[in-house]
Amino acid sequence: MVLRMPDALSIAVVEPDRERAFMIVEGLREAGDFDVQVISEPSGLARQIQMRDPDVVLIDIANPSRDVLEELTLASGPKDRPVAIFADRSEDGLSAAAVEAGVSAYVVDGLQPARLKPVLDAAIARFRLFQRMRTELAEAKRALEERKVIDRAKGMVMKARGISEDEAYALLRKAAMDQNKRVAEVAQALVTAAGLLA
Amino acid sequence: MSVTRIPAGYVPLTDAAPLIAAQEMGFAAEEKLALDLHRAPSWSLLRDMLAFGQVDAAQMLAPVPVAAALGLGGASAPLSVLSVLSVNGTVIGVSGGLARKMAAAGHRFFFDDAVAAGRALIAAGGPELRIGVPFPFSMHAELLTYWLTGLGAGTPPDIGIRTVPPPLMAEAIRSGEIDAFCVGEPWGSMAVEQGAGALLLPGRAIWSFAPEKVLAVRSAWADREPGLSGRLIRALWRAGRWLADPASRGLAAEILSARRYLDLPAEIIERALSGKFTVTPQGLQREAPGFIGFHDGAAGFPWRSQAQWIALQLARRNGLDRRAALETAGSVFRSDLYRAALRDTGAELPDGSSKPEGAVGAPLAAGGESEPAGLLQNRFFDGRVFDPLAAD
Repeated sequence: MVLRMPDALSIAVVEPDRERAFMIVEGLREAGDFDVQVISEPSGLARQIQMRDPDVVLIDIANPSRDVLEELTLASGPKDRPVAIFADRSEDGLSAAAVEAGVSAYVVDGLQPARLKPVLDAAIARFRLFQRMRTELAEAKRALEERKVIDRAKGMVMKARGISEDEAYALLRKAAMDQNKRVAEVAQALVTAAGLLA
Repeated sequence: MSVTRIPAGYVPLTDAAPLIAAQEMGFAAEEKLALDLHRAPSWSLLRDMLAFGQVDAAQMLAPVPVAAALGLGGASAPLSVLSVLSVNGTVIGVSGGLARKMAAAGHRFFFDDAVAAGRALIAAGGPELRIGVPFPFSMHAELLTYWLTGLGAGTPPDIGIRTVPPPLMAEAIRSGEIDAFCVGEPWGSMAVEQGAGALLLPGRAIWSFAPEKVLAVRSAWADREPGLSGRLIRALWRAGRWLADPASRGLAAEILSARRYLDLPAEIIERALSGKFTVTPQGLQREAPGFIGFHDGAAGFPWRSQAQWIALQLARRNGLDRRAALETAGSVFRSDLYRAALRDTGAELPDGSSKPEGAVGAPLAAGGESEPAGLLQNRFFDGRVFDPLAAD
């Protein structure tokens, strides 16, 4: 059994070649306090990863099993994890372009132990940034939707009562406070009710 | 005019033939193009290479650009489809154990009847049936789902479809990780050669005119380089015409088998081109005429209705708005660019850019700009018709 330190980042290294796997594990050991597991058997890769549930997956750029990781990313949804991809050479500049575009995936010269730690940190940081951006985007969308509903409700109150915009908003806010609800919820209820009565 | 170099990517499969033949047989040179061909180990890598500009053109699974347009899958730039590189060319196979079970129940492995083969597979495989496909966004996944769902086997995730890279398919069958697979040739035949499984059905038995691989470019590149994309479309159309000639098969298989391309025996590669298959490790022979199409029936024409059929399946499975998906997908397949590029070449060009899919029972003259565009049989196994105008 692998003794797992609670705070150590867990890394699954997908590498069928023993020697390369050994090099990577050594490099990671030098680089920091990681809980490293090697997956050398490509069969059942998806199951193996789901079972071990690592924080990050490392795979070589030339490994065809990367397509299996793609499936995992789709399947696991909110639990998706960063996949760092090792490229021995930076010939094509693919990594740089991909990383600039916000993919957590590509890592250059990954097999040099000295470079592993910063590269991993970058991959994970980028992944978290990406995740945060997605959350923020969803938040922003929601806020925008709510503002539209509040605007509509405000307009309805203004017309019905012949009052100003500020007064209408104050009324909505008071109703929300009285009912211990959010302004957006009260506005939505009003808009829905008006729809039914129309 | 000097030669323009275009970096282009492919995945080592028999249906990479159009790109490879375009370069090797001089069809690219005729258009003053040189294709720098990059072999990609995985579809996700090839998609990223295209999206991030490592290559400007790529052989791609037909659903990938559609999925990208619908916001599904990994990060990608908007992609456009310039032409269809191949129609069909996939094969469905089962493990040795499952094949024996099906044979014992009376299935004869005739390699043509999707209803009989599907029922036999569902009966023998039971509810735990696990099927390998090369990529989550692939015609393999779509056709399997359409087929097995149509025969009452439920829908994913009830149908256990999982991703297995083609070169690992035989091993996955042998190790019992999957019970069946749908894969592009020559990987089905390789599984038979390695004694791992038996071939059950050619993909065309499910949809006889399914777009399989497409020529994909970044949409921004297509907009910026109308001249280059036109030359690329023409070079690949000529390569497809050459590949469709039975006299080309031997040479095409030899070229593909080269170390720098597929690095696999030419004899095994040629099976898909000739439609003559060895379907069991014991050597049972079966024929599948028209197993893969490169040219006939306006095969290269990127029908908007093909993209829309794919979009509808993706929308259903991922809970997207169907009408919006249909609308978005139509413009991913650039029939306008294809038509403009081939107008003066004598190529068969249909009048419309969208058609009901599955509505051609026998070869049909559709009427076209230069000469009547003969459409080949286009049928779904269940006889249903997909009409993009009526669908959502």
